[in-house]
Amino acid sequence: MNYIWPLMILFSFFSAIATKNTTNLSSSIISSGTDAISLAIKLMGMICLWSGVIHIAEKSGLTKTLCKLLTPVLKLLFPGLKDKKTLEAIAMNMTANVLGLDNAATPLGLEAMSRLQTLNPNQNSASNYMVRFVVINTACIHIVPTTVALLRQEYGSNSPTDIIFPALITSVCTITVGLLMTTILKKVFR
Amino acid sequence: MKIINDCLIPAIVVIIVMHGAFKGVDVFSEFLNGAKNGIKTILNITPSLIALIFVINMLKASGGLDVLCSVLSPISSFLGIPDKLTPLAILSPISGSGSVSMYETILKDVGPDSFLGRCASVMMGSTETTFYTMTIYYGSIGIKKSRHTLPSALCADLTSFILSPLMVHLFFNQ
Repeated sequence: MNYIWPLMILFSFFSAIATKNTTNLSSSIISSGTDAISLAIKLMGMICLWSGVIHIAEKSGLTKTLCKLLTPVLKLLFPGLKDKKTLEAIAMNMTANVLGLDNAATPLGLEAMSRLQTLNPNQNSASNYMVRFVVINTACIHIVPTTVALLRQEYGSNSPTDIIFPALITSVCTITVGLLMTTILKKVFR
Repeated sequence: MKIINDCLIPAIVVIIVMHGAFKGVDVFSEFLNGAKNGIKTILNITPSLIALIFVINMLKASGGLDVLCSVLSPISSFLGIPDKLTPLAILSPISGSGSVSMYETILKDVGPDSFLGRCASVMMGSTETTFYTMTIYYGSIGIKKSRHTLPSALCADLTSFILSPLMVHLFFNQ
């Protein structure tokens, strides 16, 4: 991010000059603080709510059961990861993702990240497990792609859900490629 | 479809809370404890959220995204991504709300059951906003070096863009 962020800013600046959009650009900079905070407030409500619900599931042992069910998948995706609490958080996050509950998946993912951080030898740099986990989250597997299906229905599709299967296959391939890349690249980026 | 969708979230909440109550957990006070942690989390991710929104707003307002689209369109057509979907492919790793509104425009223009409409749907159904996810996940725990996350995630996104038209060909014979 240390390279991409300044690069994006510079690129925007020059394209604004080239396309004569400088007025838009300056107003966008001024409004972006407000935009970010209003997004943060929206997220705050939903993250707090789901964190609360999930905390109940943790105390009641529901997460442990789920983790046990998902053990084969977790062993395949995170070989060598032994920490119980971390695996439970990852299992919960993946379940929320698969069900298409984006709002619940975020706080669960963050929980898993903070658990992974306690196992991380270098606190400033992402561990291999973290990279794998984030890549899995950037390529989502939805059994019910709710947003897409709802939008398709809204625009008059005859069968809004007929893309579920192709989308599922595509996302499995996507995740496979992403994970392969993490394995290949982990030696290059230290 | 809509019924399943509407029942999913309430059902999950009910199951979790009732299971907790059944097992003798102090559901209300545990809920409050969890929600308190949520506030800490959001405080941790707010700075990175501001940085991200700031740069995305700049990219959008400056016309930089359009420039990026025109620069990258030869590459994407070489990879077999239809021209009309190139902006969606470029936008979807960067901005979630932006790609949803772009997706809606495509559905409106070409119809959800056309080849392009289905391609766009498969694309949207198989990727997540890469930059956003990375920013929030790493921002929440103060990781500065994301190492090989971005290249791996972008390769994954690219796979989805290339596969979407192929999958639609395969499944719907379009």
